[in-house]
Amino acid sequence: MNYLKTLFNGIVKENPTFVLLLGMCPTLGTTSSAINGMSMGLATMFVLICSNVVISLLKNLIPDKVHIPIYIVIVATFVTVVQMCMEAYLPDLYATLGLFIPLIVVNCIVLGRAEAFAAKNNPLASLMDGIGIGLGFTIALTLLGSIREFLGKGCVFNTSIFPEQYGMLLFVLAPGAFIALGYLIAIVNKITKKS
Amino acid sequence: MAYILIFISAILVNNIVLSQFLGICPFLGVSKKIDTALGMSAAVAFVLTLATIITYLLQQLLVKFGLEFLQTISFILVIAALVQMVEIVLKKISPSLYQALGVFLPLITTNCCILGVSILVANATYKLPAGLDHNLLTGVLFAIATALGFGLALTLFAGIREQLALTKLPKGMQGTPIALVVAGLLAMAFMGFSGVC
Repeated sequence: MNYLKTLFNGIVKENPTFVLLLGMCPTLGTTSSAINGMSMGLATMFVLICSNVVISLLKNLIPDKVHIPIYIVIVATFVTVVQMCMEAYLPDLYATLGLFIPLIVVNCIVLGRAEAFAAKNNPLASLMDGIGIGLGFTIALTLLGSIREFLGKGCVFNTSIFPEQYGMLLFVLAPGAFIALGYLIAIVNKITKKS
Repeated sequence: MAYILIFISAILVNNIVLSQFLGICPFLGVSKKIDTALGMSAAVAFVLTLATIITYLLQQLLVKFGLEFLQTISFILVIAALVQMVEIVLKKISPSLYQALGVFLPLITTNCCILGVSILVANATYKLPAGLDHNLLTGVLFAIATALGFGLALTLFAGIREQLALTKLPKGMQGTPIALVVAGLLAMAFMGFSGVC
């Protein structure tokens, strides 16, 4: 029961993008289409789950004074794993996401959860937290990607909904990312404040 | 002439924040006042230039020993250590500069534009005007230009937000949402430069 609560906490109440406002660079940079947003979310989720579990297992062995550098090394290790796997098996996606894959290391969500949750809880709870926060991030990125792709190109997940020439190309380009995310957060604020 | 084009390209046309989406966290986080924005820009410019030089040399070493896969791990560690060292050295040599930049230095380790630019320069994947090669000199110039672009965007944005704080807004739009919409408009303005070079 308690573990389920941890899981849903990350998706809704502590959604990293809409509520905690963390990890804005990949949120804006990789959501030019739904599929790109989802891939980035899943890559981050993998790193988040692995680093949460490992840090939670090692929490008693890590000296307090150097805990941040050690966390960074652990996170960077998993990021390198994702980077190498993606380069080998999904080269097209790797070319699209490009720089944002190694930059998962400096994503505040991953280090933030390590410090705030994994360092204080047992491995199973940390696993649940990793899955929850990771899913919350993936859902947010997929949603933003879908909205931008829909408004910009008239399709979602490459399925055409209206002809491309009626789309507002601006939403696929940089300014659209900021504006779409701004209104999305405003809508989420409106809904959550009411209930 | 070509060297000037590096600056125009990195500051206006391919602005790091507004068109490359790097360094959004400080862009949203420390842009409430112009003073703090200027301090942050100066700290980023300082660390970014140093980090680019050091990681460029480190990359030569990694390539020599065939250890390119260690790039991400070694770069982030070097940057974290560098920030710590800059903090210690500044405290000793120039206390006044330390007081101006001190608060911002610890934040810089997790600023993705430092690691991002270091990786771009080390992998030689940044955009250069025709006729120039990727080497240490153009890399450093690119880093300085990027830092200036970051500073320009951050200061402009802080100026707008100072005015924005006085405006009445619907409840849901207050704070981050309106800041993001304004950043979008700013990005739109910078889009006007595309095609210049």
